[in-house]
Amino acid sequence: MEGKCLRYHTSSDQETINLGRRLGSVLKEGDVIAMAGELGSGKTWFTKGVATGLGVPEESVITSPSFALVNEYTGRCPLLHMDIYRLEEVSDFFSAGLDEYFYGNGVVVMEWADRWRSILPERRLEVKFEIVDDQTRSITFSGDHPRAIEILKNLESQSS
Amino acid sequence: MIILGIDTSCDDTSAGVVEGGCHVLSNVVQSQVRLHHPHGGVVPELASREHLRNIMPVVQESLSQAKVQMADLDGIAVTVGPGLVGSLLVGLYYAKGLTYVYDIPMAAINHLEGHILSIFLEEVAPPFPFVALTVSGGHTSLYHVEGYGRYALMGQSLDDAAGEAFDKVAKILGLGYPGGIAIEDSSRDGLKDRIKFPRAYLSSESLDFSFSGLKTAVSLYIKRWHNNQVEADNVTPSDIAASFQEAVIDVLVRKVLMAREKTGVSSVVVAGGVACNKRLRARLLEAASGEDVEVYYPRPEYCTDNGAMIAVAGYHRLSSGERAGLSMDVRSKFPIQDLTPL
Repeated sequence: MEGKCLRYHTSSDQETINLGRRLGSVLKEGDVIAMAGELGSGKTWFTKGVATGLGVPEESVITSPSFALVNEYTGRCPLLHMDIYRLEEVSDFFSAGLDEYFYGNGVVVMEWADRWRSILPERRLEVKFEIVDDQTRSITFSGDHPRAIEILKNLESQSS
Repeated sequence: MIILGIDTSCDDTSAGVVEGGCHVLSNVVQSQVRLHHPHGGVVPELASREHLRNIMPVVQESLSQAKVQMADLDGIAVTVGPGLVGSLLVGLYYAKGLTYVYDIPMAAINHLEGHILSIFLEEVAPPFPFVALTVSGGHTSLYHVEGYGRYALMGQSLDDAAGEAFDKVAKILGLGYPGGIAIEDSSRDGLKDRIKFPRAYLSSESLDFSFSGLKTAVSLYIKRWHNNQVEADNVTPSDIAASFQEAVIDVLVRKVLMAREKTGVSSVVVAGGVACNKRLRARLLEAASGEDVEVYYPRPEYCTDNGAMIAVAGYHRLSSGERAGLSMDVRSKFPIQDLTPL
């Protein structure tokens, strides 16, 4: 199957939020966004944007889910912001019941998704964050599942 | 009135028995943290499955340490949120089983209310109203506390919690877990003014917190330091730890004093895991002494997640006639503003 890939550069936290918002506006329930990138590369800012795009009200503050593992928000559909940073072993993921969120009625946005690729569902869009310099981030979307390709086409047509 | 409190909202399974809303008969925590973890890693085997394994022995142990039997209990208090659904369910359903079998009333408790009220487990507790800072791995929030069940949120972290920043910086520095203790220990050998890390005060009026920028700044600094690209000579990991810790504490202290001034109260309570930090305690006491403000801290075992603080909240809710039925469900999101004032 032919995959698809899109790359953007953002030069401020606000631009990263804006890109997230554009993605959020084309998502629907069952979508899984698998994010990867080192500490401080913009994943949480991006998720704040996704939440706005998904219609999560402004007063819901999107905070880091590192400690809680999953934070839930209500938008057009539930937004499940997941973070597996502090898990030690892949078995912890299943022991915490986190796999069940992939097949629920929400959009899952997952941080540190590249830790154990085997746990990710096929229907996913991957987003890679890279620090270019203090302010600039390179954000690359890729996927080969039909739904991921559809999301990327929608994102592309929205920006043109 | 003897209350059993149960908490399974995060990593620890805990249960405590408290008499009269303040007298601790037992406080048992089955910590899932493997101390001295070789990888500086975090919490293994957490959540639902472990809670399921721990809940019965932990509750049994809390009853036996308190020298009470189920029949002696006047109520059961259990955390229903906020937290991870799978974990919360274990505590709630166990409590439902007990309340059904022994015909004991049950109260559904908000975990954050437990932290705010944990100070009442101490012999010396503040009079209402007071300002409470709850600061842990998952939260950094300021409340104006006017009475039981009356908590107005004044400010909160907009990104990372303070304790989370401690854990992440400790991990990057290779200091191990839990990060709070590791950073505090390492800081003692370091110079707190060695590196000027950013303090995010946000706007001059804001009582919100932001620690994500600091975390990023420290992480970028450490990267340059590893590559010998920092200007200063002989910077040690302890210098980085101490400079980072001071940046967090500067912000916490200033915002606590601002909240105190805004409300005009004369007492401040600091609770949650980060409240164990001795440097934070010392700095706040010092700052408060100049302002005629009393600062109250629960002892460390009441700062971290525990069942006794849930029992305190349960005591006040049950005393005011609140009852949770068997149809009660967990609430992964549970804003403290949703609580009924007592």
